[in-house]
Amino acid sequence: MIRNSASEMAAKLERGEITSVQLTQAHLDQISAVDTDVHAFLHVDTEGALAQAANVDAKRKNGEKLSPLAGVPLALKDVMTQKGIPTTCGSKILEGWRPPYDSTVVVNLRKNDIVILGKTNMDEFAMGSSTENSAYGPTHNPWDLTRIPGGSGGGSAASLAAFEAPLAIGTDTGGSIRQPAAVTGTVGVKPTYGGVSRYGLVAFSSSLDQAGPCARTVLDAALLHEAIAGHDPKDSTSINAPVPAVVAAAKAGNVKGMKIGVVKELNGDGYQKGVRNRFEESLELLAAAGAEIVEVSAPNFEYALAAYYLIAPSECSSNLARFDAMRYGLRVGDVDGASAESVMNLTREVGFGREVKRRIILGTYALSSGYYDAYYGSAQKVRTLITQDFNKAFELADVLVSPTCPTTAFKIGEKADDPLAMYLNDIATIPVNMAGIGGMSLPSGVADEDGLPVGFQIMSPVMKDDRMYSVGSALESALLSKWGAPLLSTIPALAGSK
Amino acid sequence: MTSLSRDDVAKLAGLARIEMSDEELVALSNEFTVILDAVARVQEVAGEDVAATSHPLPLQNVFRPDVVIPSLSPEQALSGAPAQEEQRFRVPQILGEE
Repeated sequence: MIRNSASEMAAKLERGEITSVQLTQAHLDQISAVDTDVHAFLHVDTEGALAQAANVDAKRKNGEKLSPLAGVPLALKDVMTQKGIPTTCGSKILEGWRPPYDSTVVVNLRKNDIVILGKTNMDEFAMGSSTENSAYGPTHNPWDLTRIPGGSGGGSAASLAAFEAPLAIGTDTGGSIRQPAAVTGTVGVKPTYGGVSRYGLVAFSSSLDQAGPCARTVLDAALLHEAIAGHDPKDSTSINAPVPAVVAAAKAGNVKGMKIGVVKELNGDGYQKGVRNRFEESLELLAAAGAEIVEVSAPNFEYALAAYYLIAPSECSSNLARFDAMRYGLRVGDVDGASAESVMNLTREVGFGREVKRRIILGTYALSSGYYDAYYGSAQKVRTLITQDFNKAFELADVLVSPTCPTTAFKIGEKADDPLAMYLNDIATIPVNMAGIGGMSLPSGVADEDGLPVGFQIMSPVMKDDRMYSVGSALESALLSKWGAPLLSTIPALAGSK
Repeated sequence: MTSLSRDDVAKLAGLARIEMSDEELVALSNEFTVILDAVARVQEVAGEDVAATSHPLPLQNVFRPDVVIPSLSPEQALSGAPAQEEQRFRVPQILGEE
């Protein structure tokens, strides 16, 4: 039952073959069985999830009209507030904090009667590409427990691949939904910036952060996308327009006559051979399904990584100033006569991990007088150039595609001491955030050399998110015909797994 | 090559309100030499004629009607406070003796 897609689970619930309580309990059992090894969850809300499930079952029994995903369980990234439930963002500075309010994403999940199982592990404040920066220890990739599950949303992606949840919420500032999806053989979507409310998403880099759906199939991601998206008066950057018809696009999966642009700069040197092979193969399948493949160039993408590592730290140095030990969270050194400043200094020393400190200091430098124009100012100009590259490319193609990441999952610890090598993971995902457009990663197979999953990235223009679902769905069904079974059916079994 | 000395990093850490050990300051100053070289590449294409983008959307003020809506109660707002007194956040001393 837990290996079904969310849509299959929803259909079984609808037909009365199972109850949401049974389905939720089955996932809680799987979490008990495998999460000691995987460590996808930071908090499991057994009681709350079962109560919510019982509530949906009662509504169904009463003949109430329910949403398409009603009664299906979900894992929530620990960067989203959920009233009364611990929300740490993977940081010691928020250990034990229970937010007094729900994020809009959680409000929308509740409206759709989606059952929240618990909170998933992440790199501290979403800064990282491996989930090794969590203050609560790393998450392990279910494909190979010695490897990283990607980051920052490694917990959400791993929970899907380990069949602990059929759906999850992630957030993507530079690839934190798409890169974990790629390395775990799952689907992850970063909607258009402003498509999903950021209210209650603990801010890392406000002009880049975007919440989105994680799932095991493109259709499941689309159903979750429609459940959480839409205008929110509580977020001034939320787009006031209808949600793109992503479910219809995923159901049709039609690419006939579509122009698919291969970004020349996001391939080649630096990309693992198995990653390139799977990418070429996917292009052939899309061409066979009726799409026209064209090549496009985005010359300024080579500067995207540098610009990102100025803009994101700059915004984070400002956003994380709120963790000041005064109103909530950790407080250290509050002894008689201690000044507020010394309490702040000591609390932030103990409460923040290495990478968070590194980025706050880098951002403080990039924004400081005398260096502002050379660093932050120049990075903002690069952002303009990247957006212009996208605009030109979208004149030639309906969507753009690339491998999601240059490599498959690396070993835990392998890049922990080399921040620059770690940052390179995000080279193909970052341009999307800089321009605020949509991006999806779906599995395109495993690399021949290591047998680990490879992701295929699809990028669509602002508020044309439906296009990436059309392409993703077409590719997914072509791959499924080729393989005969979903990629995740080949994942090695975890000890104790149901 | 841009570099930041141990003392430069100490000054930045002070501005960012983070206490740091000597060991941490030295380690960060070494890392920044490499990181700053990498990020300084943005200057290669950031010409005078290129406009800056601070945000992906055209931002505008958003207003709502001035009506009272439910908000957090004092108890809820103080629920995560490290210390509280008389329905207020209790904080360490902010001003000096004078």
